[in-house]
Formats: sequence, C-alpha cells, structure tokens
Amino acid sequence: MISTSSITAGKPFHENDGQLVLAHVLFAFAALLLGGIAGLLQAMVRGGTITLPHGIGYYQLLTAHGVLMALIFTTYFIIGFLYGGVAKTTGRLLPTTLALGWTGFLLMSMGTAVGTVFILLNKATVLYTFYAPMKASPYFYVALALVVVGSWLSGYGIFYQYNYWRKTHPGERSPLFSFMSVVTMLLWQVATLGVAAEVLIQLIPWSFGWVDTINVLLSRTLFWYFGHPLVYFWLLPAYICWYVVIPKVIGGRIYSDALARLSFLLLFVFSIPVGFHHQLMEPGISQFWKFLQVALTLMVVVPSLMTAFSLFATFELAGRAKGVRGVFGWLKVLPWNDVRFFAPFMGMLIFIPAGAGGVINASYQLDEVVHNTLWITGHFHLTVATSVALTFFGIAYWLIPAVTNRRLTPRLNKLGLWQTWIWVIGMFFMSGSMHTVGLLGAPRRTAYTTYGDNAQASGWIPYEVVMAIGGMILFVGVLLMIYNIYALLQAPAGYEEFPIGEELDGAEPTPKLFERWGVWLGISVVLIFVAYTIPVVEMIQTGVGSPGYKTW
Amino acid sequence: MHIHRLEKIWIGFGLAMLLIFLLLTGVAAFAMGISPPSSSSHENMHHGKVDPTKLQTTAPFDKPGLKQIGDNEYEAVLIAYAFGYNPDTIDIPHGAKVHFIVTSSDVVHGFEIPGTNVNFMAEPGEVTELTHTFDKAGQFLVLCNEYCGTGHEMMKMTINVK
Repeated sequence: MISTSSITAGKPFHENDGQLVLAHVLFAFAALLLGGIAGLLQAMVRGGTITLPHGIGYYQLLTAHGVLMALIFTTYFIIGFLYGGVAKTTGRLLPTTLALGWTGFLLMSMGTAVGTVFILLNKATVLYTFYAPMKASPYFYVALALVVVGSWLSGYGIFYQYNYWRKTHPGERSPLFSFMSVVTMLLWQVATLGVAAEVLIQLIPWSFGWVDTINVLLSRTLFWYFGHPLVYFWLLPAYICWYVVIPKVIGGRIYSDALARLSFLLLFVFSIPVGFHHQLMEPGISQFWKFLQVALTLMVVVPSLMTAFSLFATFELAGRAKGVRGVFGWLKVLPWNDVRFFAPFMGMLIFIPAGAGGVINASYQLDEVVHNTLWITGHFHLTVATSVALTFFGIAYWLIPAVTNRRLTPRLNKLGLWQTWIWVIGMFFMSGSMHTVGLLGAPRRTAYTTYGDNAQASGWIPYEVVMAIGGMILFVGVLLMIYNIYALLQAPAGYEEFPIGEELDGAEPTPKLFERWGVWLGISVVLIFVAYTIPVVEMIQTGVGSPGYKTW
Repeated sequence: MHIHRLEKIWIGFGLAMLLIFLLLTGVAAFAMGISPPSSSSHENMHHGKVDPTKLQTTAPFDKPGLKQIGDNEYEAVLIAYAFGYNPDTIDIPHGAKVHFIVTSSDVVHGFEIPGTNVNFMAEPGEVTELTHTFDKAGQFLVLCNEYCGTGHEMMKMTINVK
C-alpha cells in the first residue's frame, strides 16, 4: 500500500497510454453514477416508497439501469484495465494499438450516447435484453451495433500488441496479464458474434421495416449464445486481478502460471456452448439439447475450483513465508486495511454463495422454481454487482493514480474501506431479500404490484421494502465511489505501483500448447457446433415469423 | 505439467460431484420424465409451432379454455397477450391433471403459478406444454414473469381449484 509503493519511486506511466486507460475508466464511472440513480429510483418504486412523476416509466429506468451498469460500466472498465495491464507488461502501447483503442472508444461512446437518448425518449423501453418481438427504434439497435463493433476494435488493439510482443520475444513465455487479456478479448469476439448476428441480420432490417416478421426463438437463442459468455467477460478481468494483482499486493507470489493459464483456457472453452441454460423454460428446444448444454455449463466447476485453490494457496504461502504458524494463522497477516486487497477479497468471498446460486439456476429441473423470479436478480447482483464490481472498485484505487502518476493517499484508502463495507451491507439487504422473495415466487422486472390485493403477492411487499433500503445504502456507496474517483484525480503527484505478481520459485514450466491459439479456438468452435447446429437449423426451418409490437 | 497432490484431490472431488449431479438430474429427466417444459406435441401442432397472427382460426387456440380429455384429466388451452390471459379464469376440479397448452398472440410472456413448480415462457409462434396435477384446493394466482410492456405488472389470471 502507501508504505511500499509511494516511497519506492518507479518508472512513470507513459502519458499517451495513461490517457486511453483513464478515458475508459472515467466513462465507466459516469455510467455507474447514471445507472445508480436509475437503480435507486427503481428500488424505491418497487418497494412502494415513491411514485414516479408522470412521464418517467419504471421500465424505462430499468432499461437505463441494465444497459448502463451491465453493458457500459463493465465493458469500459474492462477495456481500460486490460489496456493498462497490457501496456504495463508488454511495454509502451504501439501507435496502431493506441489508434485501435481510441477508435473503439469513440465508436462505443457514440453508440452509448445514441442508445441513452433513445432510452430517455422512451423509444427503446425493451430492457437490456431487448427481446423481440418488442420493437424499439431502429436507432437503438444501430447504437448497440456501434458499441459491439467498437469493442471489437479495442480487442484487435490488444491482439496486435500481444502479437508484436511475441514476434519480438521469440521463444519466451508471454506475460500472464497480457495472455489473460487476449483470452478475455478472444472470448468477447466469439461471443459477440451471436448478438451481432441478431442485431444486424434480424433486428435492424425488421425495425426499419425492410422485413415484416422476425423469428423470435432464433433471436432469443442468438442473444443467449452471447448472454452467458457476457458474464464470463465480466468475470475474467476480475480473475486477472485475483490471479495476477492480488499476489503482489499481499506480498506473495503467483501459485502457478501454468494452472492460471489453463483455467482461463477452460473458462474460454466452456463459456459459449451453454446459452440454453437461460432458455430451459421455453418451447422450441428439445430436452436433449437443453440437457447437453446444462452439462457443458457445469463444466465450469473445474476452472472455478482450480481458481479457488490457487488463490487460497497464494494467501497461505504468503503467510507462511512471513513465518506464520497454525492452520489459519495466515489469515491474520493478510493486509485487511489495504483497499487494494480488501475490496477484491470481499468480491472473492461473495463469489462463493454467488457461484453456488449459479449452480442452482443451471440445474435443469430446479430452474423451474427460480426462473424469472427475483432470485435471479439477486443472483447477478452478487456475481456482477458485487464480486466483479467490488474487484473493479478495488482496481480503480491504484489504477487511476498509477496511470496519472499520482498516489493513493491513506485518507482515500480509508474511504475505500468504508465504501467496500457500505457496498457489502447494502447488497446483503438487497440481494438477500431478492433471493428470499424470489423463492416465494415474486417475479423479476416488475413494477410495484399486489395483483389486485392478492394475499400471496401482498406478502412479498415487506421484502421489497427491504430491497429498497438495501438499494438506498448501495446508492450511498455509488456516491462515495464517485467522490473517491474525483479525489483520486486530485491526489498528490507521485508514483503508485501497478501491481503485477511474480510466479513462485520452482513452479513447473508452462506448456507451449497454452499459447497455440488455433488449438483452443478450434476446440471452442467444435463445441459450439456440436451444441448449437442441430437445434438452430431446426429453428430456422420450422420457425414462424412474428410482427413487431410497441407495448410501452 | 505437475499438479500438486492436494489440488488433484480437490479437482477430483469437484469432478466426482459433477458426475453424480449430472447422473441424478439426467436420470430424473430422461428415466423419470421430470423435465422443464418444452414444445407442445398436441395433435394439431406442426413441430409445436403456430402462426401468431392466425390464432383465432387455428385449433386449438380458436376455442381457448378448459377441455376434459380423460378421467379427471384436462387440457387448458390459453393465450397470453399484453396484458392478460384468455380466458382470465378457469375452474379446475380438485386433484385434476392439467396439460397447459399456451402461446402468445403478441410479445413474449411468462406463465407462473407462485407456490407451485409451474413456470414457463409463452412465445409468439411457439406452443409450450406443461403438465401439473392440482393436489391442493384453493385460488391460485397466475402471473406474467417476463417483461411485456407498460401493463406488465397487472398481467394475471386466476385458477380456482375446487
């Protein structure tokens, strides 16, 4: 923390690289603020605390919240963080890399601006899943396409930089951070093919009126081909922090470079041919294909357990190296007062129940109990909105000073610890009551209602009030985070370490196979074809088109 | 590549759990027939598909409602629309086995009976079928659990089991 990093001055971060990283990170936090305001209002409406002034709709806010938080905050932060780490581990960003990064940023920002305007005009109140045949303004879909294409260019920048490094370092093992960034962006390229096909081939021609009808089941299938790897796209950068950054922050070593790479490759391979587990409760897909994708989904158990093992091995070995004894003695010497560790650690801890909830959701028959209830909303507020978000917050405290050549002050560190606690407490109330009331049957994505004073539905209201209280605490957390970002930009000039861990001495060498991308991409493509070809061909052959509707 | 002995045990344990888990859900699904809902195999349906713009002239959706097909066994043919279900009330005898056959005449809707395992999607062009036996008497709320527009939170129907 402050004691080590600000005293040992290091090489300053190059200004051009820093500006690209900073632009992405600040855009992300602007989206967090707007999305947070929408979230607060929503939680209060659902709890029956307030009624929105005429002209603003609950579902409009819900669309804004989902798009800004799940799509914009995450994507911008991830790209900023990855470019920062790639610059740190492969040397200065090349002119081509910078050009691709900035072009991607501009395209995504144009898309975000246009999309937000159409949501505010109430012309795209279709939520962030934009399920057909609800038909938004065609410009909303064009905006989405711009965001996706922009993110592709950002990915190409990372590939370009990585390839250049490998060419100029023949026979060497690539830096772990850069390798993981390439896996993350490769996953993104393969995953977004689904949503790109949905938007470009189905939604845009249909919403402009060039074709009359849309194949609804196919559009949902293309969406969820993308929708599940999307959650891994959020998660992998958090894993980069856990695998690469945290060991350095706690004064330890990376347990095994080879196993870290293997777990990323397994996550890549098993993240895409699994979208049907979001469609278990719908017609048009036979039991066999649903079950096959459930089995592929649950393969994620392997890399997840590998990750848990590596992280706790790193913690314990770091403690033992400091001379700590006893089975759990190493817990005491972890840097609990360092926000760079504490915020991501709380994220890791919460990932345990969050992951268990995910197994329940994907459990075929069990999904019938929780599908489309508030349990699901509670689930992803633990995964993406706590495990991932707290890790990203924890990164921001050192990333912003590192790329602007400032330093994290003890005061900001303390505010960061407060922010983490506020977030965890707010989420305990909000996600806890969402999980509970979801099991009772309360639906997700629904405004305040008692279904005409139905006794059962009225019994859900107290839980929804607790959700609103949790939402208010979380909003305080958003405001404090935004203040912290502002204060980081004003922090004293100096040097803040960009923590990159080193591998444990005597670890096994990393197999060369792990960087033969053709092999891994090939396995992924084969699995995708096995899992999707037959059901998708059937959908195309037998599907009946549906006209579009504007029901809001 | 060397993997630590403890890690091998740990991953082996995970894989074993996974196999047991898939075996149990697989047996339940394919041997015992406990599966999530899927396309209707109703005699009138071609691959469980229907033209959403021609429901009024397509059997069985031209006459939505409850129809007895056996000894205390019924077919409940329902159309979900923004923002309700047609019909909006059905009366089911206690202990009856009911085959829900549901589609949508406009956007995507949900069909959920809180407190039971009945929970599925209704989509335009597709026909969903799910069988449920009503062992308990009383009034059941059916609600839409997929966002379908401004009136989504009002979308419901009632099932009376007597």
